[in-house]
Amino acid sequence: MARGSAEEITDEQPIVFRRTVMSGPPAAAPVIELDQVAKIYATGSLSVRALDGISLCIEEGEYVAIMGPSGSGKSTLMHIIGCLDVLSEGSYHLAGEDVSEMDEIDLAQIRNRRIGFVFQQFHLLPSLTAWKNVELPMIYAGLSKGARKAKAIEALRRVGLEDRVNHKPGELSGGQQQRVAVARALVGDPSLILADEPTGNLDSTATEDALGLFDELHEQGRTIVLITHELEVAERARRIVRVRDGVITSDSANPDVGRDLVRVGGRPKQHGAGVDA
Amino acid sequence: MNFLETLRTGWASIVSHRLRSGLTMLGILIGIAAVILTVGLGLGSQQQVGAQISALGSNLLIVSPGSTTSTAGVRGGFGSASTLTTADATALASKVAAPDIGAVAAVKTTSLSLTNGSTNWTTSVVGTSPSWLSVRSRTLSSGRFLTDADESAQAAVAVIGSSTATELYGSTDVVGQTFTTNNIEFTVIGVLATAGSDSTTSLDDQAILPMATVANRVVGGTNKSSVSTIYVQAASADQLSAADQEATSLLLQLHHVTATTSADFTISSQESLLSTATSVSRTLTILLTGIAALSLLVGGIGVMNIMLVSVSERTREIGLRKALGAPPGAIRRQFLVEATILGLAGGLLGAALGIIGAKVLPHFISTVLVISPMAVGGSIAIAVAIGVIFGVYPAARAAKLAPIDALRSE
Repeated sequence: MARGSAEEITDEQPIVFRRTVMSGPPAAAPVIELDQVAKIYATGSLSVRALDGISLCIEEGEYVAIMGPSGSGKSTLMHIIGCLDVLSEGSYHLAGEDVSEMDEIDLAQIRNRRIGFVFQQFHLLPSLTAWKNVELPMIYAGLSKGARKAKAIEALRRVGLEDRVNHKPGELSGGQQQRVAVARALVGDPSLILADEPTGNLDSTATEDALGLFDELHEQGRTIVLITHELEVAERARRIVRVRDGVITSDSANPDVGRDLVRVGGRPKQHGAGVDA
Repeated sequence: MNFLETLRTGWASIVSHRLRSGLTMLGILIGIAAVILTVGLGLGSQQQVGAQISALGSNLLIVSPGSTTSTAGVRGGFGSASTLTTADATALASKVAAPDIGAVAAVKTTSLSLTNGSTNWTTSVVGTSPSWLSVRSRTLSSGRFLTDADESAQAAVAVIGSSTATELYGSTDVVGQTFTTNNIEFTVIGVLATAGSDSTTSLDDQAILPMATVANRVVGGTNKSSVSTIYVQAASADQLSAADQEATSLLLQLHHVTATTSADFTISSQESLLSTATSVSRTLTILLTGIAALSLLVGGIGVMNIMLVSVSERTREIGLRKALGAPPGAIRRQFLVEATILGLAGGLLGAALGIIGAKVLPHFISTVLVISPMAVGGSIAIAVAIGVIFGVYPAARAAKLAPIDALRSE
């Protein structure tokens, strides 16, 4: 069963640096494999192709930024990648599992097990303390209360908030709130961390702080997809994918960092991008 | 997400919106308390009426002159004619003609002023036979009742009610005292034990005299042998309908009436009185309970309204929970559990208020309130059902929210 084998891969995921692994051809299935994906919104007689034939492959351990101006389709792409929306055409494999045909209940489970979300608005529940916010995904995963608390506190420790576990979001700064959100994304040990404009609501210090955290996670071998419209944020990633009018206009290794990155994905890609946004 | 988690989340959400949850519960609380109180009032008055009527005497048939049916011909209305006589009573008492009739007491009633020195008291004076005491299921608190000797001697003796005694003499220990009416001096030979009142007259305010004394010495005139009412006691409760039939055929024969429809008398039983009275109070209870049920319905709509507000207020929370992996079923259950908790809490508090009200209210109004366990249990069940039923729609709406739309909403 595909699901069973995918489970084994995620189990061995943490701890080790993956840079060395990246140098050889990866044995496991790519984390994200989009093939000619289209998303069509039909409103009355009008139909809009928000995504028009996107093919993208992201391997385990990659740190990818998806860039594009508003209206480019990058949010739609993020929703598809995050299994928050279903695609109209094409196919999508997430960590080897075909999610294109899944129903709402299966998608909820996939989101729970495979994806850790970090949102621009943080989306913490204001009535719950930090650790109870971090605990939320594990409630739906069916973990026992004791295990949940231990894991939540461990995740908060990893983002440097071990002294804030019993604080409510209102008692934390924006940067700390985003760290809680990152801890919540980490706690279920997902295949993919999907961050949607994670620095959009942060000042420059907190932005640097959050990006430093993503760097750290990347060092630990996490697969990170970051959606942004800010070049300086995107430049922290090892690979930049640019989207415009529902198609990928460029897909390149970031020239400044990660020279050792091995690009994957069968499609011809434009190089030397960085001017079209 | 197991049930305990759902319960915990629902409870946390209710507690974090205390005022709103409290006001929602208030709607159900009032409805439930109203149902318990109205049902209690209805049952209480039914019990009271039942107790009063059975206090009048058991296995009792009441023969009144006149007819309630109206067909052609000139006949007196119910109670207006004087067609019953002491001879009818004697015939009904015959063991041969009416074996199912146990005892008969004819009654001749009039209203007279009794005088004791300077004290005057107008009361109902009842001329009857010694059998009256057992037929009407009364007892004496002191002295003795009328005897056949009093009857044949047309003695000037009386047995009076406790209220009459208090009004005339200021106490109930009055055996041997005297009073005057129609220029005749009567001696009190006994006092009746308290029996309360029926719907029209006080059972404790009357003077019982021998029938012959009333007919010949007090009322006099041409209608000496006519009586107001004949009380007929069946030999046992099982023989009541047989006694009814015997009394009817016997009286028809005596009055030379051939068809039952043109009878010049009416026989009613305690049972028919009881069923009339209870059906009246039952109708009233149903009416009041209906009003209370309406207020419950309004409370239920309140729950739905609040849950819908809660869904739209917490759209982002729902979106987030879904993004983090909550399946639609878990979201639906969470809102359903919240609505059910509101219903249950409202129901329990309402039941408590209703029970307290039922204990306290009788101190202020003269009616008995009966706490019916069925009404309490039933209304709590209804409150929970209201929570569930009116929670279904908001819960379904929450479950249907698309996570991206929910997350985007501000």
